[in-house]
Amino acid sequence: MTTPTPTANGSGSGLRRVGLYAILVALTLVFLVPLVWMVITSLKTYTAAQQIPPTWLPNPLSGYGYEQILNNSANPVLRWFLNSMVAATLHSLLVLVTASMAAYSLARLRFRGRGVTFALIVGTLFIPPTSLIIPNFLIVDQLNWIDTLAVVVVPGAASAFGVFFLRQFFLSLPNELEEAATLDGANQWQIFYKVVLPLSKPALATLAVLSFLTNWNDFLWPIFVLFSPEKLTLPPGLGLLQGSYVTDYPVIMAGAVLASLPVLILFVLAQRHIIQGVSRSGLKG
Amino acid sequence: MADVIEVGAARGDAPPPAATAARRGASARRTGRATPYLFLAPYLVLFGVFGLLPIILGLWLSVHQWDFQLPNRPFVGLDNYKELFSSDSAVYGDWWESIRATAIFTVLSVPLLVVVPLGLALLLNRSFPGRTFFRAIYFAPYVLGVAVIGLLWRFLLDANLGLVNRLLGAVGLPSDTPWVTNMPWAWISLVGVTVWWTSGFNAVIYLAGLQDISPELYEAARMDGASAWQRFRNVTLPGLRPVLLFVITTTVLASANMFGQSFLITQGTPGTETRTVVWFIVEEGLRNNNAGRAAAMSIVFALLLAVVSIANFRLFRYRED
Repeated sequence: MTTPTPTANGSGSGLRRVGLYAILVALTLVFLVPLVWMVITSLKTYTAAQQIPPTWLPNPLSGYGYEQILNNSANPVLRWFLNSMVAATLHSLLVLVTASMAAYSLARLRFRGRGVTFALIVGTLFIPPTSLIIPNFLIVDQLNWIDTLAVVVVPGAASAFGVFFLRQFFLSLPNELEEAATLDGANQWQIFYKVVLPLSKPALATLAVLSFLTNWNDFLWPIFVLFSPEKLTLPPGLGLLQGSYVTDYPVIMAGAVLASLPVLILFVLAQRHIIQGVSRSGLKG
Repeated sequence: MADVIEVGAARGDAPPPAATAARRGASARRTGRATPYLFLAPYLVLFGVFGLLPIILGLWLSVHQWDFQLPNRPFVGLDNYKELFSSDSAVYGDWWESIRATAIFTVLSVPLLVVVPLGLALLLNRSFPGRTFFRAIYFAPYVLGVAVIGLLWRFLLDANLGLVNRLLGAVGLPSDTPWVTNMPWAWISLVGVTVWWTSGFNAVIYLAGLQDISPELYEAARMDGASAWQRFRNVTLPGLRPVLLFVITTTVLASANMFGQSFLITQGTPGTETRTVVWFIVEEGLRNNNAGRAAAMSIVFALLLAVVSIANFRLFRYRED
């Protein structure tokens, strides 16, 4: 997937190359300046952020925004951060375990009802999840999960995408590996655990990262199923923060920076996996 | 454990592994009956409760008057559906306003989200030093959630303090545009932010598609003296057709499901003109306690999207022939 691509157009003359980089840099500014501005503002004082025209450098450099959100019992941002971290981690673990087992069964085992099961799972890929939000709310309400950790960890883990994605990957593994393992006396659980999973690390990592990102960023569901300030995850928490600091932008931007940091770090570390996972889901989907 | 013995016995007099490939299905797979189902079980429990049950429950809710605060949930047949289509019902005006808002956003954003990322992908498909770096930069906003994007752009588009108006003022353009409170600016803002936020995602999908187009086709076209535009029209676009179909379909669905941007950036204003369908449904179901009516809306909405997706597939199939 990462082999250098033959280009549609030659690299062109030196002048064209200057033009190309001019466009690339202009686009980079468009994509990065808003994010840089978020960080800059988070490091300003309240008055500095109100200044017109605004200054590019935070002068004086101030921890005001971060102090406000970290020492505020009405808006326990650090608590939300931890909640989000725990929820996203557990969520992606749950996706990995359940989806990999199901995908293994659907890709490499034979059994009655396999085709129907797979069709049913893939069929739900075409139903917009938002159209199921009201019944899903009633279900978690019946389970007494409203305002608990489970409500942001479990329901979204019934991911048809995860099963589909891993099944495609498992199908691509050579059969000889399993046969050798079978000859060595391994049963299906051992083949799954000791042969298939280790060989699937790239796909598992991709799914783990994508699940983490999705859960970390989820907004619509948590704002309706979490209420208590100490139970919130970051996305609904940020909304609350905006409500209580209306135009105090250093504070709001400090919250936004905290919510962005883990996923941006994850993106930098797993960039290749994320981008490949996205492109693979598009092409072989 | 019995499986292993059975398989082992079957394999006892089998030819060496290399020669068994053809027989794999017959022996290695015929293990314990329950094993495949045991592997599936954890996922199927989740899928049953949060994937299939909501579909059935949604249909059931939609034919009942379901109020969280009332003890009785009487069967009302198709009444919840009827009131969505009869202009004298209380919900009619707001419901269609939200459909209209969603349609406006989708119609404005989809063409840009199909074309702009294609441009990015063509740019990034050239070979030059730093290509991976630029690819990552353009993708980066996408990894941020809508909550962050919403707060950030609410600030950037603030009429007085926002960077956007300041920068426009600095180059001599009007610096008092009410980006989030007036029309048509509110729509321009929502579409613009969404293009900024998600273009990198579609660009990556295009890039993968571009890499699957055989370089020989370009060579041949060049030999025939095709211009850059002709190569794009006759080689790149046909080669991207399946990818285009995927991008258009997923982008239409994503745009039609828009909620966070208008909830956070324009906050529905002016009036409730930018309140989308998803927003209206959850408000009706979870704030106004009308789960039955909201379920009916969800179903009508899902059917509308299905029609759009099918039309999209048809259109592309037709063009392919």
